[in-house]
Amino acid sequence: MSVRVVVTGMGVVAPNANDVNGFELALRKGTSGIRANEAMAQAGFGSRVAGVPQGVDAIADSYFDEELLRAMNLSHRYAAIAALDAWRDAGLARPEPGDDAVDWDSGAVLGTGIGGMDTIAQRVVPLTDAGKVRRLGSTAVEQVMASGISARVSGLLALGNQVTTNSSACSTGTEALAQGVERIRRGQATRMLCGGAEGACHHIWAGFDAMRVLCRSMNDAPERASRPMSASAAGFVAASGAGVLLVESLESALERGAHIRAEVLGCALNCGGHRTGGSMTAPNPEGVSRCVRAALRDAGIAPGQVDAINGHLTATSADPKEVASWAAALEVAPGDLPPITSTKSMIGHALGAAGAIESIACVLMLEGGFVHPSINCEDVHPEIEPYAASIPHQLREMENLELVVKAGFGFGDVNSCVVFRKWSGD
Amino acid sequence: MKDGEVFEKVVKILTPYVKNQEALDSIGLETHILDDLKVNSARLVDVVLEFEDAFDIEIADDDVDSVETVGNAVELIESKIG
Repeated sequence: MSVRVVVTGMGVVAPNANDVNGFELALRKGTSGIRANEAMAQAGFGSRVAGVPQGVDAIADSYFDEELLRAMNLSHRYAAIAALDAWRDAGLARPEPGDDAVDWDSGAVLGTGIGGMDTIAQRVVPLTDAGKVRRLGSTAVEQVMASGISARVSGLLALGNQVTTNSSACSTGTEALAQGVERIRRGQATRMLCGGAEGACHHIWAGFDAMRVLCRSMNDAPERASRPMSASAAGFVAASGAGVLLVESLESALERGAHIRAEVLGCALNCGGHRTGGSMTAPNPEGVSRCVRAALRDAGIAPGQVDAINGHLTATSADPKEVASWAAALEVAPGDLPPITSTKSMIGHALGAAGAIESIACVLMLEGGFVHPSINCEDVHPEIEPYAASIPHQLREMENLELVVKAGFGFGDVNSCVVFRKWSGD
Repeated sequence: MKDGEVFEKVVKILTPYVKNQEALDSIGLETHILDDLKVNSARLVDVVLEFEDAFDIEIADDDVDSVETVGNAVELIESKIG
């Protein structure tokens, strides 16, 4: 009998909300978290808008003591706040100071796309190059090492199972979930905190701006800048934040009477090999289709059972191909594509955190029986026009929503897909 | 610098790093920074940087080795202030 895995806790720090309840409200209302970004403007970026969580330092001050805060850059703060919130949401207690117990059955896969770039750019490089290496003190390493965010959370919660940081570009957040689920299925862990975080630092976004893949035509209208599936989409909007989901074996969740938010029914991971249309920056459509279908097979469901799709959909020229790939993977004619939405339309592309924040959106949609609007695409892209009826421009109530599929198609032609099922007590 | 002023500043700088509240409450010149205050030894370099900034002095790596108690820190700082 295979182990079933459920979501028992969630925590989110997003450009449009810093807690799960606030995030749900924002999703329902179609609230954008994109704002004008001064650092980008001052540095002469083409794109001068970004999604940055607000009011995080005040939260961090109330969650962490002074010594810790000195060693926590933005990605650490986002990740740790989201992880602690997920833990508490799951009905679990944060260890007391002085408590020596280690939770050997709980681990973390918390990923990032770029890492501690703010610390690198603002401290490591300038101080080192000025011959002042000493001034870095003891806190630089933990903030720049790629595994910093998972290592940080493990200490806060005394996690004793696998603690690691995965990285697969835009696919990171969903891949983290898949990896955590797999570990629980194999019986190697009972609970895994899964997700991703990405800091807010214009140095992270510089390379994307240089590639001309960020939207540079809506600097005067930030909330309308992230336009997945629209005819006027002009690149993605850089964003940051963190999403963490606590996944747990069903047995453990039932045993401790945890509130179950949803079931993770299936997942799949693959790469398109940079062939037949795939490249470092574009997905191979065949890879995408294989990944989605593998996730459906893993979930034991037929394509026709999918009730809604939360796409990768970044507002680049890849969007039309992605929508077509979904239709192909689900073997449906355009008019029969299930509702498809892009959380990025409201929060931008949070890179390593994207897949996790967007997975949280999926769970909220299942719990609330709705599909959130994909904003900023009233002018649907001509190639997506055949699927227009599937795009919710307003909140779409769907009482019988049972199966939602989330996918990420990342730079490197790497794909991840997760199937979430509404929890109805069985 | 007035008598006791260096000591007060040292205590203030150490406070966020102290893990033993009791030892902090009864802190004195003989209080051992690592053994009594339970300051994480990995963070000592940060404490030294703060001493340098607060008193506008430079502390060599060798000097740090001899600092075990709060009193050692005060003496070292006073010797650098001159």
